[in-house]
Amino acid sequence: MNESPAIEAIDLTKVYGSGNTEVVAMRNASMTVRRGEVVALLGPSGSGKSTFLTAVGLINPPTSGRIRIGGHQVLDGPLAQANLTAFRRQHVGFVFQKSNLIPFLNARENVQIALELNDSSPRAARQRALELLEELGVRDRSENLPSMLSGGQQQRVALARALANQPSILLADEPTAALDSGNGRQVMELFARLAHEHGTGVIVVTHDQRALSVFDTIYEMEDGILNLQPKEAVV
Amino acid sequence: MNLALKDIRHNLGRFVLTTIGVGMLLMVVMGMAGIYRGVVEDATLLIDRIGTDLWVVQHDTRGPFAEVSRVPASLVHRVRAVPGVRDSREFVYHTIQRERDGKPFRMAVLGLSWPSDKGDWVPLIAGRPLAQNHFEMIADVSLGVRLDERLSFGKETYRVVGITRNMISSGGDGIAFFTVVDAEAIQFDSSGEAVRLERAARKGRGERSEIGTKLPSLVEQAAKPSGELPAIARPQISAVMVQVAPGTSVEQVAATISGWSDVSVHTRSEQAEFLLKGSVDKARRQLGLFRVLLTLIAAIIMALILYTLTLEKIHSIALLQLIGARKPVILGLILQQALMLGFGGYAIAYLLGQRLFPLFPRRVIVTGDDLLQLAVIVLAISFASSVLGIWKALLVKPNEALS
Repeated sequence: MNESPAIEAIDLTKVYGSGNTEVVAMRNASMTVRRGEVVALLGPSGSGKSTFLTAVGLINPPTSGRIRIGGHQVLDGPLAQANLTAFRRQHVGFVFQKSNLIPFLNARENVQIALELNDSSPRAARQRALELLEELGVRDRSENLPSMLSGGQQQRVALARALANQPSILLADEPTAALDSGNGRQVMELFARLAHEHGTGVIVVTHDQRALSVFDTIYEMEDGILNLQPKEAVV
Repeated sequence: MNLALKDIRHNLGRFVLTTIGVGMLLMVVMGMAGIYRGVVEDATLLIDRIGTDLWVVQHDTRGPFAEVSRVPASLVHRVRAVPGVRDSREFVYHTIQRERDGKPFRMAVLGLSWPSDKGDWVPLIAGRPLAQNHFEMIADVSLGVRLDERLSFGKETYRVVGITRNMISSGGDGIAFFTVVDAEAIQFDSSGEAVRLERAARKGRGERSEIGTKLPSLVEQAAKPSGELPAIARPQISAVMVQVAPGTSVEQVAATISGWSDVSVHTRSEQAEFLLKGSVDKARRQLGLFRVLLTLIAAIIMALILYTLTLEKIHSIALLQLIGARKPVILGLILQQALMLGFGGYAIAYLLGQRLFPLFPRRVIVTGDDLLQLAVIVLAISFASSVLGIWKALLVKPNEALS
């Protein structure tokens, strides 16, 4: 098993605009997430959390800094920008607050498509998708369209899809914001359990203070600056 | 997994309705080509069916299918005397409009040179060719007459003895076949009063002239029916059809007749060409332009539909990009939908056309070549119309899935 960290983000800085309009959204942010570790990223709106998430998710690369995912150097390493899509497909999983699923695919197909995009055969992808839905407790809704699923069920399907290609890192942006407290806590616990079982590092951006106990590590971002917070002080 | 099909399944009703709309538009495009083919086929069918080698027509005219042509009936005998001519026949052709059951009744009247031509070459679907010199007719089924029905034209009544199909004039009117004499009688029919007035006028002109004074018996003659007057020629005919003897060069016979300064001679292919380059050509160009416009409209509508479908999928496209879909997957989604829309519409156009085109007042002939040509056009407009959607999809960034 690869013992390198799930992700190492070192001195990430993101600057929008230039000259008088220059805005520094993130400044020298560093974070290391071990495999199986579940990290919470707290902070007020506009503090730079989403900027950090999209940077380490290789969607919106940082202006400067280094990122290693699963032991692979990205951005300034041998991995060219053109290969980021393929790299993201194999190594990064995403879960969001809402509208996570493709509306014209049913629950199984939403998971299956992620596997097929990663070159799995349709038969193997279908089988694996059903296994993941079983693991997440929504197998019985596998043929339902997202519009027929509850918010909690949609997040479970989204989580199944995010885990489908056994990514090194799972990024979640407010995954429980649209759920009631019971469902929210269940989903957070699911994140933690699956992260430990699959050996996947997880970064969750959240405002939900009630579920912080499930996290191994807690970071807080304020004005683009990332700080590690002692868990005992926050929970 | 075919994302295009999955998306269509999700919006099946709307996609089917859109495809039907595009299909109906393509059916009109298909119909335009078919109407043109029908016009050409109808125009040249008669010339081909008559199958004569040469047409002798009024000097410097293009023949009875292109313009009015008048030649003396005696020309038939003059032509028959030309070496190499096997047979020559009178050709009388004109269009009339009467009223039948309170509705306009238009037909093209074609005279058959009885007794050598009884209409045996006319393809009959019921009845028989002409069996007597007078008062019988063969009618195209499009005229809506029945076998044994009796129709009055002028002072005479004609019995329908044969029914044919697809014998249509270039103007789209059904053709009725009579003997030449009957065809002329229909064409030159005058009321009794008009005949009497003409005789009186003839007599009056005779009495006022010097020759009438010197020869009173001539004035008496002038008052008689014109058919009894040797000085008055038979009504003129439209053209003379010439059949060249086997082994004789058509060009050689044509060269001989073209030496006569009172007539012109055209081969069968020239006659067909005059027709196609004349009135049919304008119809062809008009239909062609209309077809181009409809094709452009179909392409624009398809482009807008695909653009709208793409706009509705922006979030899904961003999600797909986020989970690592390559660009060809996204482009394939849009292009496949464009092709499904195009060829679904094409299939509907074909199926609808098969049922609706026979109901059109004029023949609509859709050939294999036309279908292939339209398929290529549909392929081209499917690609072209997807460009707008593809352009929009390429602008989508994966981080839009987060918003």
